[in-house]
Amino acid sequence: MVKVDGSGGNSSLIQARDLDKKYRRGGEEIHVLQGLNLDVSQGEFVAFMGPSGSGKTTLLNLLGGLDVPTRGSITVAGDEITHMSASKLTDWRARHVGFIFQMYNLIPVLTAFQNVELPLLLTKLSKAERRKHVETALSIVGLADRMHHFPRQLSGGQEQRVTIARAIVSDPTFLLCDEPTGDLDRKSADEIMALIEELVASHHKTVLMVTHDPVVASRAHTILHLDKGALVEGGKSPQSVTAGGVA
Amino acid sequence: MKFARIIWANLVRKKMRLILTLGSFAVALFLFAFLAVVRDAFNRGADVAGADRLVVINRTSIINLIPLSYRDKILRIPSVTYVTHNNWFGGIYQEEKNFFPQFVIDPENQRQVFPELIVPDDQWNAFLKDRQGAVVGAKTAERFHWKIGDRIPIKTTLYGGGSWEFNLDGIYHGKRPQDDETQFWFQWDYFEERIPQAIKGQIGWYVLRVKNPDDAVSVAKAIDTEFANSPNETKTETESAFAASWVKQFGNIQTLILSIGSVVFFTLLLVTGNTMAISVRERTSELAVFKAIGYSDRFLLFFVLAEALSIAIIGGGLGLIFAFLAIPGLAAALNGLLPSIILAPSMLVFGFVVALVVGILSGLLPGITAMRLRVVNALRRV
Repeated sequence: MVKVDGSGGNSSLIQARDLDKKYRRGGEEIHVLQGLNLDVSQGEFVAFMGPSGSGKTTLLNLLGGLDVPTRGSITVAGDEITHMSASKLTDWRARHVGFIFQMYNLIPVLTAFQNVELPLLLTKLSKAERRKHVETALSIVGLADRMHHFPRQLSGGQEQRVTIARAIVSDPTFLLCDEPTGDLDRKSADEIMALIEELVASHHKTVLMVTHDPVVASRAHTILHLDKGALVEGGKSPQSVTAGGVA
Repeated sequence: MKFARIIWANLVRKKMRLILTLGSFAVALFLFAFLAVVRDAFNRGADVAGADRLVVINRTSIINLIPLSYRDKILRIPSVTYVTHNNWFGGIYQEEKNFFPQFVIDPENQRQVFPELIVPDDQWNAFLKDRQGAVVGAKTAERFHWKIGDRIPIKTTLYGGGSWEFNLDGIYHGKRPQDDETQFWFQWDYFEERIPQAIKGQIGWYVLRVKNPDDAVSVAKAIDTEFANSPNETKTETESAFAASWVKQFGNIQTLILSIGSVVFFTLLLVTGNTMAISVRERTSELAVFKAIGYSDRFLLFFVLAEALSIAIIGGGLGLIFAFLAIPGLAAALNGLLPSIILAPSMLVFGFVVALVVGILSGLLPGITAMRLRVVNALRRV
């Protein structure tokens, strides 16, 4: 279940209420999000669309605890994150959020295995347990045979798979994907989207994704548009997305 | 330890930069050790000075002599236990570059006044019986491959020219590593019989011991009062003060070395700090990812400081090892001009601490920058 009118109940995994976010750029105040509401249940796959500057990434950053709203509240799995201290928020991110970035953002001097292992170094898992988790994550993304390769030795699609493995290795509550296919060719983009769909279908992951690409967005269960700082439902098919004004 | 791999991987990501930075550290610490050794050598006199020893020289200058007859008057002053006297010989062994200090000594009291310089009894007894006998420090004996029984000719430059012949009867060792083992001693009687009549019965300076170091100031005052208004007024001071004023004749070595050391320290700090700042700036997006996936601000500070400290430890360690290996060569090159050129363990430890301080300071600012990084802004820059 995904709702944008603030009518979702306490059963929602992610609940955002009356979110406002203002920026100052130069002397000008920019009101990016205005009274935004969102409810997302466990296992949902939601795509956020909207023109550049509409606040998609800002919303993702707020939901991921990377930024704080000017007003409003965000509750994830019962944790109200908007009033957490910076250090608590850091701990919370480590336990609950898996990030997948457009530019992969792998550490170039570490192998695929070491990159995926990074979130687990913060846990109390033993070396053997960490190894098992990393191998499982890399197997899920189909890169078990590339685990000792450095990012420069991988294709763009493979790098993004490593990023996905890093995002899921600690079994987070939900995944945030910021233009996960934005830097890939169509074939690689399809493979990545198939992988994300697989994570939702088989591993019951909750995925929130920002994309400009209607074809990519159409793979999600729900497409939401950001319009004048608030979310509106945009249907499922590419046609309906286009009709929503985001061609 | 599980983070060591990350620190190491970041450290070696730009190998040329790492080598140059390590090189800067190594050269700076080598220079630091070199300066410390020279400074120590100049201050050695004060370091080895006995707390209960006083030196009496002519008030006008040390090159002006004092009558030998003063000895008995000095001995009568309360608290004075032993008095010995020395003269500077200033001779040349074979060539001028073979410098080592030669002293005319009073064999009767030498060992009582300088108990830290050890001569085996049999050698000392042989020396006492041999008018042309000489005792030499172990370092000088080793330098010229001298052994007991060798005949050593030394040309005098101060006492009428010509060559004086000596028999090597003994070799002394210092009890402590810093003790001067370069001196050459020979007998007052032999000296007295060969010098011109005009300076017979004149000694260069007295060295005496007092019962209690606390008496040093009052004894010094008593000696100078005793000889006040005489043709040869005296200036008495503790051995350490005497050594310090001797060093001052070369200029303010301490300030000079401290100035050079400070310049080296701050240059190293700037070079390393700049390197770390560039390194952190280049990795802004990576650091943002670390933060995004749950690494705290303190972790980022730890990573940056660990890198800076690793550079300091490796580079500083290399510099100190090179210095440790090179110092004997330096001592040889100086031909005994400075006594006891040694790199003391305490100086190695101090050098290492300096390296660590530079490491921490150079990593601190970039580390704080990494801590304060806003993930949202940093990722937007990619």
